[in-house]
Amino acid sequence: MNRLEKKDRLIRLALLMIAFSAVSILAVITIFMFEQGTPIMFKYGLKSFLAGSDWYPSEKIFGLWPMIVGSFYVTLGALAIGVPFGLACSVVLTEFSSARLRRIIKPVIELLAGIPSVVYGFMGMVILVPFIRKTFGGPGLSVLAASIILGIMILPTIISISIDAILAIPPSYRAGSIALGATPWQTVRMVILPAARSGIIASIILGMGRAIGETMAVIMVAGNAVGVPGSLLAPVRTLTSNIALEMGYAAGEHRQALFATGVILFIIIMILNTIANVTSSGRKRKTKA
Amino acid sequence: MSLDPRTSQRVARTVLWGMTILTVAVLLFIIFFILRKGLPALSLEFLTKNPVDMGKEGGIFSTIIGTLVLTALAILIATPLGVGTAIYLTEYTWENAVTRVIRFGAECLAGIPSIIFGLFGFILFVTKLGFGWSILSGGLTLAFMILPTIIRTSEEAIKSVPAAYRQVSFSLGGTKWQTVTRVVLPAALPGIVTGIILSIGRSIGETAAVIFTAGSALRIPTSLFSSSRTMSVHFYILAREGISMPRAYGTAAVLVIAILIVNIATYTLMNKFIKKYS
Amino acid sequence: MRYPLYLVSFLLCLVLSTACAGRRAGNDVIVAGSTSIQPFADKWAEIFIKTRPDLGVSVQGGGSSAGIQACKSGACQIGMSSRELKAEEKDLHEIVVARDGLAIIVHPSNPVRAATLSEIKQIFAGDLANWKFLGGPDKAITVVTREEGSGTRGAFQELVMGKTRIFRGAITEDSNGTVREIVANDPHSVGFISLGLVNGQVRALSLDGVEGNEANIRNGRYRLVRPFLFLTRGEPTAAARAFIDFVLSDEGQSLVKNEGLIPVK
Repeated sequence: MNRLEKKDRLIRLALLMIAFSAVSILAVITIFMFEQGTPIMFKYGLKSFLAGSDWYPSEKIFGLWPMIVGSFYVTLGALAIGVPFGLACSVVLTEFSSARLRRIIKPVIELLAGIPSVVYGFMGMVILVPFIRKTFGGPGLSVLAASIILGIMILPTIISISIDAILAIPPSYRAGSIALGATPWQTVRMVILPAARSGIIASIILGMGRAIGETMAVIMVAGNAVGVPGSLLAPVRTLTSNIALEMGYAAGEHRQALFATGVILFIIIMILNTIANVTSSGRKRKTKA
Repeated sequence: MSLDPRTSQRVARTVLWGMTILTVAVLLFIIFFILRKGLPALSLEFLTKNPVDMGKEGGIFSTIIGTLVLTALAILIATPLGVGTAIYLTEYTWENAVTRVIRFGAECLAGIPSIIFGLFGFILFVTKLGFGWSILSGGLTLAFMILPTIIRTSEEAIKSVPAAYRQVSFSLGGTKWQTVTRVVLPAALPGIVTGIILSIGRSIGETAAVIFTAGSALRIPTSLFSSSRTMSVHFYILAREGISMPRAYGTAAVLVIAILIVNIATYTLMNKFIKKYS
Repeated sequence: MRYPLYLVSFLLCLVLSTACAGRRAGNDVIVAGSTSIQPFADKWAEIFIKTRPDLGVSVQGGGSSAGIQACKSGACQIGMSSRELKAEEKDLHEIVVARDGLAIIVHPSNPVRAATLSEIKQIFAGDLANWKFLGGPDKAITVVTREEGSGTRGAFQELVMGKTRIFRGAITEDSNGTVREIVANDPHSVGFISLGLVNGQVRALSLDGVEGNEANIRNGRYRLVRPFLFLTRGEPTAAARAFIDFVLSDEGQSLVKNEGLIPVK
């Protein structure tokens, strides 16, 4: 083997090691979290850990149920706002308006995806929370506030990816539908949306992942009470806020409990990611035909 | 009840347009609100003086430095790793189980919430490795967070370099590595830089991971082991504790403008890149 | 392609060497913990580094328990706690730097200006849920508390709640400033913060007929008092010692008095 070939071999090896860096980081984080978090789940019993309604770490009581419900409610609320409005925007920007308008508005929406989450949380704090308190009562810091803010935050994700999915549909689909005498709305309802379904679902799942993982904005508007929220106007704590609020001082079993919370979040998000990947690769295969 | 197609078309059009206008209006409102309330607070003094009295007085200079240093360190760490991974995945191997594992790893890393990075960074860097609350802890944590973005964008950029470029290089007797470094990478540079700029945008706005690893000290950092506060963290603290609303708005305005610049830079670069190769 | 590589490696070496330099000098005093003490520690630090520019003092929040943990693990040189140490934490060296009252605060527009300690306890336990029982308007009480690791909450728990838990529906925030901000904006809320941090935006209730102020703390009538502690693991480092000495000096203590805390002497 001459000198150049040997050098190339070495470089290839070096690059392979670098490439594994991403995987090894992921592996380290995952192993670390599971190693720290799983023992405590089994010590107190998975059932009492996941279904217990009391979280009083100083008394060694670790029941995550209120936070699991909290994350669930808040994400559901975010989707209830993000999906209809997001899809409406995507449909309008692709089917009911000109390409020029889309070229202006889409970048603006993508810009908003980059605004820090603390800014969104701040807007919630100074505008939304007082509004909810004055109009609907309660402290204002509530499931409703968190849902609305998160819904707004996931809009750019849903809109951006759904637009891409809709634009990827072959023009023949539309042409065929119009040729058969369908109105644009009928075309959207019966041809476009079903055809773009997997891309749209992927966008929704990614939006869901973002909503579940959001921390700072939620801490600012949700109230962080450790009970299961009794209504839309009640304060709520999510799994992510739980970690953020207590991480600084948690020690021993408390810290392990927070890692366990992380493990649960991790698993939920991995499942979502895999579903999103599978549906979007399904889409790629379909539209290639 | 079923409307005839013409009516349902009109109803749908109205409803959908209404929702769209509402959405875009809300999104734009956020930007304009922050800028309207925050721009008055911006002055040369605000940007060049340090915070005084927990941020009630003074400016945000040390937080600007903190943000710059932290972002620079994260980019410095993540770029070689990310670009290297991208080069390996595109140039040095074919699609097989190994590449799928690597890609899967990067995708999963991309989906992990920032608070988990913060938790991990706090336990590993701040506590176990003894770095304490520092630029180093924060930079390493941020680097791990932006790594997937850099891998993804670099891969896209390298893939779009036309095969012809590589073939010409080989026909002239270049080795793989020479081709990569002297032909492919320079050609893919705009795309790679786009990924870096996107990551800069993300690092600037990141709060959860930073607050638990880099801490929130208000002094200008003197070394890699100093703690430092970034603008996002400073804004978070100012806003939550009601220390100074005008300064909170001012900091938010600086953040929004920074993101605006980042996005415009990304867009112009992307367009240049697309024009070059289509 | 080679020159950028050299440049980058050179920059890295530069960065690393400054990093190590800062570390080995040991001139940094990291102070972390109680958010009640944090604003005062920050002021002390501001003045201190003017007289000792060779030392760097950086102040973090995080809460009393976080400060205790950080001190134990060596992440900081001085931990700040606004509550008494628990039995398992007593291995840390503690120095009282000030004393502080605990104030129960409400919105300035709230007509209720006084309450008994047992009423406060009932409110935070979730048993008393409407202001009308205290002579106020017919509105639900929004209860605001601190996170479990807070020294302020620890002191509150010990001095007011005793064995009773703070109820689950209480809004939880992670610093004095945030609690104050929420109470300042919500006319039907109640919370507890450091007495030294009460400002014009909120009003402190008088408890069992006693106003919370320095005089009443000194003569013992106002009973919600807790110490501000600086903690070190073993003997403080030289730099930390210098800072602590400043805080305990006349100048440091006069600042304490000006800011609404009770000096040690």
